[in-house]
Amino acid sequence: MIIGLSHYLAVAAILFTIGVFGIFVNRKNVIIILMCVELILLAVNINFVAFSTHMADTAGNNPMAGQVFALFILTVAAAEAAVGLAILVVYFRNRGNIAVENIDLMKG
Amino acid sequence: MLTVISFYLLAFVAIAAAFLVVAARNPVHSVMYLILTFFSAAGLFILMGAEFLALLLVMVYVGAVAVLFLFVVMMLDVDFVEMKQGFLSYLPIGALVAIVLLLEMIMVGAAYVAGETKTVAVREADVSNLEAFGQVLYTDYAGIFEAAGFVLLVAMIGAIVLTLRERDGVRKQDATKQMARTKETGMEMVDIEPGQGIG
Repeated sequence: MIIGLSHYLAVAAILFTIGVFGIFVNRKNVIIILMCVELILLAVNINFVAFSTHMADTAGNNPMAGQVFALFILTVAAAEAAVGLAILVVYFRNRGNIAVENIDLMKG
Repeated sequence: MLTVISFYLLAFVAIAAAFLVVAARNPVHSVMYLILTFFSAAGLFILMGAEFLALLLVMVYVGAVAVLFLFVVMMLDVDFVEMKQGFLSYLPIGALVAIVLLLEMIMVGAAYVAGETKTVAVREADVSNLEAFGQVLYTDYAGIFEAAGFVLLVAMIGAIVLTLRERDGVRKQDATKQMARTKETGMEMVDIEPGQGIG
């Protein structure tokens, strides 16, 4: 038995689904929603790395590109977490809670 | 055989921990499960032969992002038990979306497998992963690499600007005011009568 590309893709698909499920279920807690976004990005990263490491190394076609893009996704994910949490802190200062349901009021 | 066992172990731990991130009552526990998920994913990366990204994942997520999350969770004084209410009411719609999404991905995967059934093993490289990474990162992708640095800079400045607040009654150093001080403005000559003191 050999662990092939499809095994890793299955894990990534399940992680992605759990992330989307979490966003739908946790309507009140923004922190959990941010963590679910991180899970989704991790699933995408696993896909990128899996395709990269299982790709044939032909001329003009470097498989390392997938891992480089995974690195950039990691960068953007870290930046997103920092800005998202900063917005969360500001929102908490203004409102005293972090319930997502109240964010659509748009009244300052 | 060891690869197969470790794959299934890591995959199971990653998926179980990811589910617990969503389901845990306490957000602090959620952050801990998130760390576990990322550790397992790093293990999967190592199994695939991407050691550099695996270590980067551990460093960036466990070292930075998870601490950031923990910091915010513990700093905000929120009643998290009350926040968990509504979990059950949103469960049907959430489960529906999740099942539809998973079915779609299974269909795509089935179509992919039907087109090409051979299982591909992890490619054995002649150079180390780190070396191969460096060979492309600083040549072909140098521009995007710089752009990634700018993204981090913008995120850093954005986070600081968002959370910085001016409060009244806080004494702060004002450099321009200090530099503009002269002998005339900073000093006052008082003629004091002997034995009386200042006013």
